[in-house]
Amino acid sequence: MGLTAWARRAFHKTGSPRWFFAGSRPWMLGLYVAGIALIVVGSTLGLGFVPPERYQGDSFRILFVHVPAVHLAQTIYIAVAVAGLVYLVWRMKMADLVIAAAAPVGMALTAAGLATGVVWGIPTWGTGWVWDARIMSTLVLLLLFFGLLALRQAIARPERAAMAVSLLAVVGAVNLPIIKYSVEWFTTLHQPASISLTERPAIAPVFLVPLALNTLGYYCLAAGIVIAALRFKIIETESGTSWVADWLDRPRGGAKP
Amino acid sequence: MNAFAALLRRELLIALRRPTDAANPLVFFALAVLLLGVAAASDTGGLGDAAAGAVWVLALFANLLATEGVFRRDVEDGTLELFLIHARPRFAAVLGKLAANWSCAALPVLALSPLALYVLGHSVDGAAMLMATLLLGTPTLTLLGAIGAALTAGTGRGGLLVAALVLPFYLPVLIFGASASAAAVDGRDAAFELLFLGALLTGSLTVAPFAIGKALAISQEY
Repeated sequence: MGLTAWARRAFHKTGSPRWFFAGSRPWMLGLYVAGIALIVVGSTLGLGFVPPERYQGDSFRILFVHVPAVHLAQTIYIAVAVAGLVYLVWRMKMADLVIAAAAPVGMALTAAGLATGVVWGIPTWGTGWVWDARIMSTLVLLLLFFGLLALRQAIARPERAAMAVSLLAVVGAVNLPIIKYSVEWFTTLHQPASISLTERPAIAPVFLVPLALNTLGYYCLAAGIVIAALRFKIIETESGTSWVADWLDRPRGGAKP
Repeated sequence: MNAFAALLRRELLIALRRPTDAANPLVFFALAVLLLGVAAASDTGGLGDAAAGAVWVLALFANLLATEGVFRRDVEDGTLELFLIHARPRFAAVLGKLAANWSCAALPVLALSPLALYVLGHSVDGAAMLMATLLLGTPTLTLLGAIGAALTAGTGRGGLLVAALVLPFYLPVLIFGASASAAAVDGRDAAFELLFLGALLTGSLTVAPFAIGKALAISQEY
């Protein structure tokens, strides 16, 4: 089977709620296990074994939570916007369910990133909150996630809500770079990002290992949670179909499809 | 551009027949400036350097007040469905409607802004720059706000929901509007800020009408 044929088949299969539901349980459990294991190892290393940072002492250790949370939240917004575009173009039911499942996770992570930033800023910058570029764009991200959730709540008809939320997600993605650069040109106090894919990291390797483990762990755990939420929403929206009735009739502990 | 002219004429006529509705944003702006002036006057006499930013924020909210309900009456009396069926090209009709909305809501605020600056205890030297930034910035606010109004059209909820949806998009306009006004007071060159506001306006003028048309079509399931 050629690669394109395989990709097309995978696209259509995961695009069907029934197939996704049938095949996703091992993925969900595997991602849970991998995520929790990585976070446990990464956090133990980061909190217990890595030496204190020269200038910030122990307070820098919040980095192992702060950076993965904000990074993952941004990735989730990109994923949500792509799903919105897919829904607007192909009206794929799963794309809307992905937005509904992922947006609350993204919002929680953004809030966690802001909160840990404030906690870290008080001893380090001497102030918890400044009107700095990256803080403002994270705040904007929080508002965008909140808007997606609020708009879905406000519209009663599910199909109409799905269309409106997808459109808002795409409009937000168009605006996000503009907002980001305008706040960046405006003023900046936050240090520039220390890690990028193209350059050598400006962070010592000792700190990089737990950070990488935690980031990977956050990605796995969040993917597992999103899949779990997706499965829940699939059962909710497909509750009228015969396959859901069949699945619900299965005895507990028996083989799940 | 028939659709543009037709909608512009209709909306302006409606505003003329119901002047109290059209005056709402201006009244809000005037009252807010008045209260802010009273609150700030109690100690040193005015807001000083912060006045330009305060006027910008109040103008932004006055604009939001006018924009959030821009499609409400059309949804209620069914005009919106006729509008979606007949108005061609749709983006021109959307622009006509918003042009009328902007002239009724933002232009009076614009005219009043130097007075607001003066009342809030600011030197009037920055007034020309403040008016220029409002002239370039408020149409962008109207266009972006109308996306939120169109997305929530027909849900029976507007107000705070529209504010939550569009405030993140307002941020760049507010940032550059306020910082250009501040720069003018300090005697700095504000060309960059003005150019950026102009770029935001051209960008939203080209893209927003299509997003608004799409959102209106979604709201009526048309």
